[in-house]
Amino acid sequence: MSSPTHHLAEEDIEASSLWRDARLRLQKNHLAVVGAVALVIVILAVSLAPWIAPYEYDAQDLNLGATAPSAAHWFGTDIFGRDLLTQILYGGRISLAVGFIATAVALIIGVSWGSVAGYCGGRIDAVMMRFVDVLYALPFMIFIILLMVVFGRNMILLFLAIGAVEWLTMARIMRTQVQSLKQKEFVEAATSTGLSPLVILYRHIIPNAVGPMIVYTTLTIPSVMLLEAFLSFLGLGIQPPATSWGLLISYGAETMEEYPWLLIFPGAALTLTLFSLNFLGDGLRDALDVRGSKD
Amino acid sequence: MLKFILLRMAQAIPVVLAVITVTFFLVRAAPGGPFDSEKAVLPEVKKALEAQYKLDVPLTDQYLGYLADLADGDLGPSFKYPGRSVNEILASGLPVTAELGVYALCFALFIGVLAGILAALRPNTKQDYVPMTLAMIGICMPSFLLGPILILVFGIYLEWLPISGWGDLPGDKILPSITLGSAYAAYIARLSRAGMLEILSQDYIRTARAKGASDSRVVFKHALRGGLIPVIAFLGPAFAGLLAGSFVVETIFQIPGLGRFYVQAAFNRDYTMILGTTVFLSVLIVIFNLISDVLAAWMDPRLRTQFSKAK
Amino acid sequence: MRISYSSTLVALLALTLSACGGGEKNVVSGNATGYLHYGNGAEPQGIDPHLVTGVPESHIVRALFEGLAVKNPITLEPEPGVAERWEISPDGTVYTFFINPQAKWSNGEPVTASDYVWSWERALHPETGSLYAYMLFPVVNAEKFASGAIDDFAEVGIKSLDAQTLRISLNAPTPYFLQLMDHYSTFAVHPETVLKFGGMSDRFTLWTRPENIVSNGAFTLKEWSLNRQIKVEKNPHYWDKSSVALEGVYFYPTENVVSEERMFRSEQLHVTQGIPLGKIPNYRAVQNSPYVQAPYLGTYYYLINTKKPPVDDVRVRKALSYAIDRDTLTRTVLRDTAIPAYSITPPDTLGYNPPKLFSFDPEQARALLAEAGYPDGQGWPGLEITYNTNEDHRKIAVAVQQMWKDELGIDVSITNQEWKVYLNTVSQGEFQVARRGWIGDYVDANNFLDLFLANGGNNNTGYANAEFDDIILNQAPKAASREERYQLFFQAETMMMQEMPIIPFYTYTSKRLIHPSVNGIYPNLMDSLNLKYVRLDPNQRLDLTTE
Repeated sequence: MSSPTHHLAEEDIEASSLWRDARLRLQKNHLAVVGAVALVIVILAVSLAPWIAPYEYDAQDLNLGATAPSAAHWFGTDIFGRDLLTQILYGGRISLAVGFIATAVALIIGVSWGSVAGYCGGRIDAVMMRFVDVLYALPFMIFIILLMVVFGRNMILLFLAIGAVEWLTMARIMRTQVQSLKQKEFVEAATSTGLSPLVILYRHIIPNAVGPMIVYTTLTIPSVMLLEAFLSFLGLGIQPPATSWGLLISYGAETMEEYPWLLIFPGAALTLTLFSLNFLGDGLRDALDVRGSKD
Repeated sequence: MLKFILLRMAQAIPVVLAVITVTFFLVRAAPGGPFDSEKAVLPEVKKALEAQYKLDVPLTDQYLGYLADLADGDLGPSFKYPGRSVNEILASGLPVTAELGVYALCFALFIGVLAGILAALRPNTKQDYVPMTLAMIGICMPSFLLGPILILVFGIYLEWLPISGWGDLPGDKILPSITLGSAYAAYIARLSRAGMLEILSQDYIRTARAKGASDSRVVFKHALRGGLIPVIAFLGPAFAGLLAGSFVVETIFQIPGLGRFYVQAAFNRDYTMILGTTVFLSVLIVIFNLISDVLAAWMDPRLRTQFSKAK
Repeated sequence: MRISYSSTLVALLALTLSACGGGEKNVVSGNATGYLHYGNGAEPQGIDPHLVTGVPESHIVRALFEGLAVKNPITLEPEPGVAERWEISPDGTVYTFFINPQAKWSNGEPVTASDYVWSWERALHPETGSLYAYMLFPVVNAEKFASGAIDDFAEVGIKSLDAQTLRISLNAPTPYFLQLMDHYSTFAVHPETVLKFGGMSDRFTLWTRPENIVSNGAFTLKEWSLNRQIKVEKNPHYWDKSSVALEGVYFYPTENVVSEERMFRSEQLHVTQGIPLGKIPNYRAVQNSPYVQAPYLGTYYYLINTKKPPVDDVRVRKALSYAIDRDTLTRTVLRDTAIPAYSITPPDTLGYNPPKLFSFDPEQARALLAEAGYPDGQGWPGLEITYNTNEDHRKIAVAVQQMWKDELGIDVSITNQEWKVYLNTVSQGEFQVARRGWIGDYVDANNFLDLFLANGGNNNTGYANAEFDDIILNQAPKAASREERYQLFFQAETMMMQEMPIIPFYTYTSKRLIHPSVNGIYPNLMDSLNLKYVRLDPNQRLDLTTE
């Protein structure tokens, strides 16, 4: 295809930008766009919960009890007469917070670990990755359950425990990325100018590995949220008076015959949010043309 | 290949040892002992109980004693179900969980591979979008959401299938297996689609198609072996995930398997049961990872050379 | 050949669906063959009468073993069991039991008095570790033997005068002693069988396995599949076997009330252990409702740690108690399945009625709180309710949290802990307010009031009053008449509730579903099950149409 010569120069420069390419590809992926939009709506809704929630979070009305969705309560009420929409908004804050924070923990540890291992190579790399392999083999669910049972349930521990499980894959991916980037010329150039390895790592290599990082972050958040919901379902995650979608689902499952809305709405909230995150992550992966790799 | 297997087995031993040690001290560190009861326990009685279960010796001695018993294959008596050894309880729960896992995996493989292949054959058409969206639903809907919904629809409204137990009523294995397997069906669908797409774009496939080979011939004769490699490699981690998933599924469907025993044991501070189950499951996971890696290597000649170079 | 995705799936589905459906319902087959299918709650920890403590265990133990005296299922008055009659000395301290010569073990051997002597030594021996050893403490020197103060069991007040005659000496007249004989912890076990598999006080040996066990009750143990079912069958050597209509019973571990109710609905169970609260209104509306609710000898309350601020102030404790609307709570959250309680002893405990010193009084509550230094909740340092993980406890805690907020303006947090952790927390006193329930072991106010003795192991509140102790330990046992005894109890309980070391909530009720084909399960205050009297009518089916 030919293009008018007077546009050539600009297009040359523009087209070589990874991000612009990616953004265009992403925009073409309808599912991913829908996912992104839905995600933004959800995040906005739960962040603004204290202002937009129709009722007080803990406003009980024992005489009302559980009622089906109505004009007064769009999503119905639970057995204490508390508005379900409000519960879902506030629960979403916790679920998403756990998702983001635990993923952030995993990200920080995983990226640092993987990039150091990948950059150093040799002995250090072998030892560090052996450690990752060993941890990979452990039945983590069992340990998390034990941890939560032993040390009681507090949120910090929850974040750490979940983050501690997810960083492994991040580390592996980072290592592969760094390994391949290390060979590139700009790194050789940086090294020859005498920059310290740490600076090279943080200023040159990691920013270039951001692509896969973004993708896996977006894909880790939903699996973290699932993990939190799973723990809450077993009674080991979030504790009342706080609530999360996982907890709401576990309550709803118990009374799903009498009050199906208590299961359906929180379930839909969780599923839709996970959907959005996954579609977005998939779209990002396709757009940035990232390949998954095991080691 | 043999060297590779032996090497991995040797690597597994410190892993299992670490698991035992960490679990042991973690469980002992927990507040609440196995003999706390609602009725106040006379101090003499408590002493007698602790002596019987060897809880009155220093922690390190307990640990060594446990290791010694372990070497004999003795996982000790359960604290919660005295009179039954952990071995016995594991033996009663294992076949159930194993069967559940196998059925779930079969379901996942069958549906997943089929869906993935179909999607890969006609990428970016309805034949691709529909299975892949269903797959996404499978991933995003946790088992403790899917399970109750299936129970509601098939067990209660339609009354087609039983909703609890395992092997007591005909058909009671269907819903739990589907619930457990659906997330994995979804992953496998995506993996096999990706793997198949990669293979199908290869030259030798295009040649076969150009020669007029039908879809099924192309798939079965040429593409399947290579395209399924990512699926095989996934089986190892899938196994660990299936075990974890069984905790929830067994709870929802009241299935007397290992998963439910484990969760109960954790809540009951049944020290020996927790330890025994953890050890057992860790060993299983390690073995399964090994088998999965070996299978993947065997199926893909490219990986074989990579593994033989492992130090 | 094109792979047809949809047709394969349809074929698979058809195949699997054809495998299901069919199979007779348990209730139908049970009625035809005389087998009861009983939802028993948690999987039993064991069935050794001297070692178990839970309700699910007790059902099976009571099916397999029998005591010297049993309780009439409706009136709860003592009736002959292993003993065909007994004599009580005029001063009430010596009991002589005459064992029925027809009373036999399941291997045909007769039950002898020496079996009881041996069994009680086992039950009291400190190494056996029976948590119910205290049930036998009314017997002379029993407590000393159990604590290891004396070694020789011959000094304990139980003697076999001959093969059929048993003499028991008590420390003091104990009006409820015959009731204790119906408690499984005092049952006899077959010495030779136990000794075949270990020492007298070896815990949980193999003697209770179906192939080994020897018992003396209406049924014998046929099968025990862990976490699946326990099967007992009619005992041909039982002395009263002609009264037993059932051929056998299947006990199922139904820990989850929701799936238990579903099993009942699909006629897989004759009887359930409980019922999800949300289902009760529907069942109540059914004609010939299978829902059976009856008073149960137990109280649900919150322990208050009187040593920890802010609840070390009696005014605060009273304020908390007065501010709870028990009527609304029992009506809404508990769906009228409980009776509001204002004291520790349940009403009409064999004719004894506890004092009621207060009622729902938010005005007074606020006044007391202000007096204690927290007017309208200002300056309130916070309070935590601890409860063991359970849906119903959570519901009540959440409701109470809100009530205290609305009526008193104070912030209270709630925390749940696993059973074991919670028990530890309570016994260590690491709580401010903790949920508690106490089910009576025998029908007498004494076993509720003696919880609050100063060094009572189950006190946990820090309440200690020498006068209270004196009444319970000294005066009441020596009372000349039941009226006098009850008056003393009333006095003691009034004294105690004036200090409000607990916040009583409600008196329990037993609630379960019973299939219309079942006759002979009589709800009673002890909710004690006596399967001997159960009969099945095959003509009755479950009809859940509502009125």
